[in-house]
Amino acid sequence: MGLIEVRWHGRGGQGVVTGSNLLARAAIQEGKYAQHFPEFGPERAGAPVRSYTRISEDPIEIHCGIYEPDVVVIIDPVMSRYTKDYCYGLKPGGDIVLNYIPSGDDEVVRWTRNNGYKLHAVDARKISIEEINREIYNVPMLAALLRVKGFCKMSTLEEVLAQRFKDKVLEMNLRISRRAYEEVKTIVG
Amino acid sequence: MSARKLVDDVLKGRFTYKTLPIAAAIPNPPTSLENKTGMWRVQEPVIDQSKCIKCLLCWTYCPDASIKRRDDDGVEVDYDYCKGCGICMTVCPVKAISMREV
Amino acid sequence: MAQVQRIAIMGDEAVALAVKQAKVDLVAAYPITPQTIIVERLSEYVADGELDAAFIQAESEHSALSICVGAALAGARVFTSTCSQGLALMHEIVYAASSMRIPMVMTIVNRSLNAPLNIHCEHGDVMPERDSGWVHLFAANVQEAYDLTFIAFKLSEREDVMLPVSVNLDAFILSHSIESLIPISDEDAARFLPPREYKLALDFDNPITHGTMALPDTYMEFKMQLKEAVERAKSVYPEIVEEYARISGRKYWYFNSYMADDADAVVMVLGSTYGTLKTAARELREKGLKVGVIGLTMFRPFPEEQLVDALKGVRAVVVMDRAYGYGGLGGQLYTDVVGALYRNGIRIPAKNVVFGLGGRDFKLDEAEAILKMAAKGARDGGFDTHVQWWGVRA
Repeated sequence: MGLIEVRWHGRGGQGVVTGSNLLARAAIQEGKYAQHFPEFGPERAGAPVRSYTRISEDPIEIHCGIYEPDVVVIIDPVMSRYTKDYCYGLKPGGDIVLNYIPSGDDEVVRWTRNNGYKLHAVDARKISIEEINREIYNVPMLAALLRVKGFCKMSTLEEVLAQRFKDKVLEMNLRISRRAYEEVKTIVG
Repeated sequence: MSARKLVDDVLKGRFTYKTLPIAAAIPNPPTSLENKTGMWRVQEPVIDQSKCIKCLLCWTYCPDASIKRRDDDGVEVDYDYCKGCGICMTVCPVKAISMREV
Repeated sequence: MAQVQRIAIMGDEAVALAVKQAKVDLVAAYPITPQTIIVERLSEYVADGELDAAFIQAESEHSALSICVGAALAGARVFTSTCSQGLALMHEIVYAASSMRIPMVMTIVNRSLNAPLNIHCEHGDVMPERDSGWVHLFAANVQEAYDLTFIAFKLSEREDVMLPVSVNLDAFILSHSIESLIPISDEDAARFLPPREYKLALDFDNPITHGTMALPDTYMEFKMQLKEAVERAKSVYPEIVEEYARISGRKYWYFNSYMADDADAVVMVLGSTYGTLKTAARELREKGLKVGVIGLTMFRPFPEEQLVDALKGVRAVVVMDRAYGYGGLGGQLYTDVVGALYRNGIRIPAKNVVFGLGGRDFKLDEAEAILKMAAKGARDGGFDTHVQWWGVRA
């Protein structure tokens, strides 16, 4: 594994920054090197926000933004439907992870295939509502990312979650992330 | 170094940056005890003890803490340090303090 | 070295962890983005009983630094942190702290100064304090922000130094980034930083006068003491980083240097940009371009002799400043470097690149372009201009 760069999209309040944060923590927990940094501006719930993760087997010395990510994760289900708008700069052959499951004849599937990208999808919104009657997307989307890209083991994510959350919140996050890990599908491989 | 010597050395220019206390922190205060300022005055207060009502206003107001308070709340002037400003005379409600030429 | 455990930690949190391990007696601060997390974590450590210290949220930065001065005079090991407008408000006490020879550590999370309002990375906040008599250290990554905090306390409290020390880290780029960190053990931290001893501490039984007045007959002598103390900070620094290397395995120096030894051209910078330049230089070296990078760890006192030595054989330098001296000759690092070259008889072309003001990102391809520019300057024996504002839309 060389240097992997991930860009996260979502809305203020959805835990975009925490998703990226937890990925970096899990990677470092496994002995890899990682870097997480949010994009800061005025904090407004609902506004589109981005966050970034770098992962590598070697020390990461670079300190600048990510403009050509290997992976784009869109954790907001509505933004997920505007896939193209958020995949700028995605490297050829790069991966996209969406929080809604497009049907086979959706335009996004054709577009992804034509551009040589890979497309993965999980309905984290549905899972979250069904399991805990709340809408938490970031941790299940991270679990889905780990399943399709294998950056870290799911068990490592669970350890990191246990360091960060406890009791009911931990239990809820574990439940929805395990289901997202199982249910994520690769639409375009 | 004694306070006396520090004051003398500075007043007489017998010092270098290496012999002065670090950061002008004076390790042997109060050096003011060695620097009697009473010689600065051109007038000095005199207290008429027969008029004094022991109200302590002069003791309160003296900017140089040069009114000494006795156990019975009577007052006297510390001529070692009094600079002769006359504030004590001004605040005395019974005009017990007057100024005289040195 | 034994098996080392790397932990994931945010830059601000790493600083707070080091301050906790340094067992400070007092933290006085006023919160300001992007320093806030440092003092939040410290207040949590105090509230949770993990750090036995007084935590005072002051009513302003001016008061926060004043409280630190007072507590340090009483013999306490003290810490504060600020940036930008907060540091500007401290300015008066910054000079008092160094001139009164107060050992303390302040983390400055370098952020731009108003106006326009901007919370992002720039070194323009620390530059007004450059000449204050503080020791100024710069971290290139989260690990350095952590390590330099210990080194700063040690340097600060040495009896032959007794000066306040700032540790600078880039706003957001380091303060809010998670990176991996190898911490030192609490036992090693305690050995490296035993409880502070201070002969001139305020004491009711043995009174001492601090903060006295000095008239024209003695004032210059006290300032001369300050000058020499700051210079001593430079001469004792190798001992301290050597001792820190023994416990941590990480050896610090006046600057980080990547392949500057045999380079034709060197790019110099402060802060986190060092890593980006180094990454770009590694790629260019593979293509045969003889470029090197120097990132200063110690900015004040300025490591003149060491830098001049490192630049022997180099044929051109580009000095990058994330700040600017308006109306002057260029950025602050540039004018220092040019001055050092001139008075040491080194006549090589030197160009100033001003970049990243207000947090503008400095990308890998830009780092590559600047290294190539430096190499071209070495080939051509000169640059087209003295100062270039990098990436400005004109």
